[in-house]
Amino acid sequence: MLNYRVQNPTDAPVSPTSLAAGLRLPTNGLDYAILAIYFAVVLGIGFAARRSVRTSLDFFLSGRSLPAWITGLAFISANLAATEILGMAANSAQYGAYTVHWYWIGAIPAMVFLGLVMMPFYYGSKVRSVPEMLLLRFDRAAHLLSSILFAFAAVLIAGVNLYALAIVVEALLGWPQWVAIVVAGAFVLAYITLGGLSSAIYNEVLQFFVILAALIPLSVLGLKKVGGWDGLVDRLTATHGHNFTTAWGGTGIGSANPLGANWLTIVVGLGFVLSFGYWTTNFAEVQRALSAKNLSAAQRTPLIAAYPKIFIVFLVMIPGLVAAALVPNIGRSGSGLQYNDAIPYLMSQLLPNGVLGIAVTGLLAAFMAGMAANVSSFNTVFTTDIWAKYVVRGREDAYYVRFGRLITVIGVCASIGTAFLASSFSNIMSYLQTLFSFFNVPMFVVFVVGMFWKRASAKSGFWGLLAGTVTAMVNYFVLYRKGVIGIPTDQGANFVSAIAGFVAGAVVMVIVSLFTAPKPEAELEGLVYGTRSPGMAEPPAPGDEAWYRRPALLGWGAVILAALCYIPFSF
Amino acid sequence: MTDDSGHSGFHYSEQDVQREVTELESRSTTAARIFDLRRIIGGLFVLYGVIVTITGITDSQAEIDKAQGININLWTGIGMLLLGVFFLVWLWLRPVPPAEEAGR
Repeated sequence: MLNYRVQNPTDAPVSPTSLAAGLRLPTNGLDYAILAIYFAVVLGIGFAARRSVRTSLDFFLSGRSLPAWITGLAFISANLAATEILGMAANSAQYGAYTVHWYWIGAIPAMVFLGLVMMPFYYGSKVRSVPEMLLLRFDRAAHLLSSILFAFAAVLIAGVNLYALAIVVEALLGWPQWVAIVVAGAFVLAYITLGGLSSAIYNEVLQFFVILAALIPLSVLGLKKVGGWDGLVDRLTATHGHNFTTAWGGTGIGSANPLGANWLTIVVGLGFVLSFGYWTTNFAEVQRALSAKNLSAAQRTPLIAAYPKIFIVFLVMIPGLVAAALVPNIGRSGSGLQYNDAIPYLMSQLLPNGVLGIAVTGLLAAFMAGMAANVSSFNTVFTTDIWAKYVVRGREDAYYVRFGRLITVIGVCASIGTAFLASSFSNIMSYLQTLFSFFNVPMFVVFVVGMFWKRASAKSGFWGLLAGTVTAMVNYFVLYRKGVIGIPTDQGANFVSAIAGFVAGAVVMVIVSLFTAPKPEAELEGLVYGTRSPGMAEPPAPGDEAWYRRPALLGWGAVILAALCYIPFSF
Repeated sequence: MTDDSGHSGFHYSEQDVQREVTELESRSTTAARIFDLRRIIGGLFVLYGVIVTITGITDSQAEIDKAQGININLWTGIGMLLLGVFFLVWLWLRPVPPAEEAGR
């Protein structure tokens, strides 16, 4: 069985798990009515967004016209898929307060870096995708390799999302797996084919609020049940030890902790390599910012998303910790519950009909949004980067809109196929997930080296990408899995593999660059730090000078807030 | 080795991207035709808020006991209602600037 902890590649599968039986929720007609209303609204958004699509830019990037609050909330929502919510609650039930690292150090600095440093290059150069940026900075080899890997990974992750949804829906609502897979797939297919990225983004924003409405009551009731935060800490300290409720306890180099990582691998592996790779080069995220209406809005997209990200950790960690306090042997035999069951377990124990319907709706919405984010980035990369550049070039724009719709249908069908495949060959699937989880790391190294070192040659991109990918995988699948190097857990190995991939990619890029011709300076305008592209010359929109819209202030504010959040968890 | 970015005579530069995307932007209709999301969020949350608040008002003691003595339906319903009203008020106070509506 698959683990949910896959959506965010900074979070690799830990152990094969499934939902325990006996979690069937006492849903009634009211809960189903709430769910039905949501599905109707989702479809309505698709139909209503349809008339806004005229050009391929409308279909794939919402015409680069959306306001920052919408792209910002969609940015956080694309990450807040159900696999992330259930997986991070599971993480908390298993490892305790270490979960905060995935948010405060493993997300905020990277999101701020994307907004302040990288977005002027992404948005200003007017690229339509992350691989297209590699085409401009490097060459076709790097472009094609990254496009194909991304397209595969996106379909795979969309399929895994669908399969995870089917398991959860089967356990909670009793629907057969194939019904859940086909129904959710059909809805995602319908609204993206109709309205393109606009309807994906609008639905993500809606999902953000529904998931908050589901998680806030659950966290409040969970805390009440265990006697508030103090009661929770007391109970966990008694059963799991003091370190369980601290962020850094037991992470000294050489000391043992359940995470199997020390402060250095947490800061460098998770906080720098994995997190920057995911947040700054994963097109499913970056696409949301590229659809913003101007450079200021694009820069603010990840910064606006950073603030909810700082606090969402409490809404997934508290249910996980409460589950660990109520069922101290959760995740081990005898408890009847897996770590992944933390949130469904509390839902069944605490929520009355009504709020229960909201919570079920929120979970399903989160699964669909996670899948839709992957589908909407897949169709963009496949159409603009693969099809329009290598297969059928130079056709009229309407052709590519039609092709984008067609490839959306094909992509969703492939995801549905992947989901069915996953239900019979789950070991292969979890292997593939780990494989692709390393894909962002070399992307990131190629990006930063290319962005900050103008001498990096056109050829170095491809070789850096390849070397980084291969090294990370060899380290994980050969050195770690075969026991050549001793790392206590999969999570720890994941961090170390990411660092190895990063270093290897950087070294290979430097070597290849020294032996190949540099790219002419004229072709690097706006692609390398210190240069400006013509597109960045556009004047700021009226109102964007307001102090609360200044990217630097928003960005540094988020970093400082995240650092302050660490204080209560550090002693 | 040479630094040619293609073999079949295809060279894609930043100027090409700029030109192509700028041209598409000039024909884009999203800004002019997309509906205001605030209306949808506002409407859905007001509807959900009313449903869940009424459920809270009519909840039996057993349901309140399940939720640790808190009438969670009532409080969640009121919260959702307020969020929905917030979006509708925002929409009412700051409608989309006419410049963006006029582009059709």
